[in-house]
Amino acid sequence: MILLELFCTFFTIGLFTFGGGYAMLPLIQEKVVANGWMGMEELTNFVAISESTPGPFAINISTYVGAETAGVLGALCATLGVVTPSFIIILIVAKIYVRFKSSKAVNGAMFGLRAAVVGLMAAALWGMLQTVFFHSVPVAWESVLRPEFLCSAVIFAAAVTAALKKVSPIIIIVCSAAAGVACGYLFGL
Amino acid sequence: MTLRERLRQCLRLFLIFLKIGAFTFGGGYAMIPLIEYETAEKRDLVEKDEISDIVAIAESTPGPIAINSATFVGYRAAGVLGSAAATVGVVLPSFAIILVIAFFLRRLMEYKLVQYAFFGIRAGVLALIVKAVVNFWKRADHRVFGWCVMVGAFLWSALTDWSVIGLLALCGAAGFVYCAVQRKRGKLP
Repeated sequence: MILLELFCTFFTIGLFTFGGGYAMLPLIQEKVVANGWMGMEELTNFVAISESTPGPFAINISTYVGAETAGVLGALCATLGVVTPSFIIILIVAKIYVRFKSSKAVNGAMFGLRAAVVGLMAAALWGMLQTVFFHSVPVAWESVLRPEFLCSAVIFAAAVTAALKKVSPIIIIVCSAAAGVACGYLFGL
Repeated sequence: MTLRERLRQCLRLFLIFLKIGAFTFGGGYAMIPLIEYETAEKRDLVEKDEISDIVAIAESTPGPIAINSATFVGYRAAGVLGSAAATVGVVLPSFAIILVIAFFLRRLMEYKLVQYAFFGIRAGVLALIVKAVVNFWKRADHRVFGWCVMVGAFLWSALTDWSVIGLLALCGAAGFVYCAVQRKRGKLP
């Protein structure tokens, strides 16, 4: 039953995402890409779409994967799945929140989790870099001299510089799109 | 509060969060100032210092920050019904927009121009993930413990296909033990 499977998968993802947004990427790669519901390239495309539409990444990605896999009902089930765990947990926390805030167990666990999420996100990024630059995992180093690789590398380097200088994501996406079109027609990719 | 008042409060919450969901790009943290303005400054649905608690709570519970904060504010303002109204409100705009996009995206991707644009976008958008990793890194521990967890999590996820959730459980437990030991040695309050 695909609808139940969507709900359960996104329920798990919602339950184990600490920090929101892109902290979700490692789990999306493990559960959604591995399931064949979405390709790694499609996932990268979608990050851009999510950045250029309003709303949180978590909702955007679950709606999209649900819709692509099982239509409107699929989108509904996936989105409900991702929302339900936080909804329940926050309702509980809102009741006991003075005790929760000063809980040594929670603070200790979060101390470890914050560091773990950095490593996990870096690994997710590493996987996406491999697909975007080499179109293959494991890396095929001989493709380094192809124009596709060089164009991607230049766009990526420029975008990282811009992002760290706090240029708005929308501007970065629009400029990368223009650069991609220019490279595409120039080199006949 | 009478039932009628409570329902009116819920409708108000729904509309406020509908607006917030429709107008924040980048999700999560981008939403906090807007929530503060709409619920604490313009109207007094919640206290101002409760808003800063929202960030702390959203960070130490799983799930997307947008959902966590909508549920929390909704609960504080009008109980469980209020949290449901606020959460549905914040989810609805992205849900609708992404459904429409999912419908058109396949057809758009058939055009060469769009393919080239996404070729550029895929490289550029990775920069936004780099930035997210840097931001998460800034908030994590930078001592030996933190670096061990970060590198360990990266290797675990990049080199093996062991479960991400297993790793999170392990790191949460490690953080808890580490903090307990440090507290005993008098290095943590």
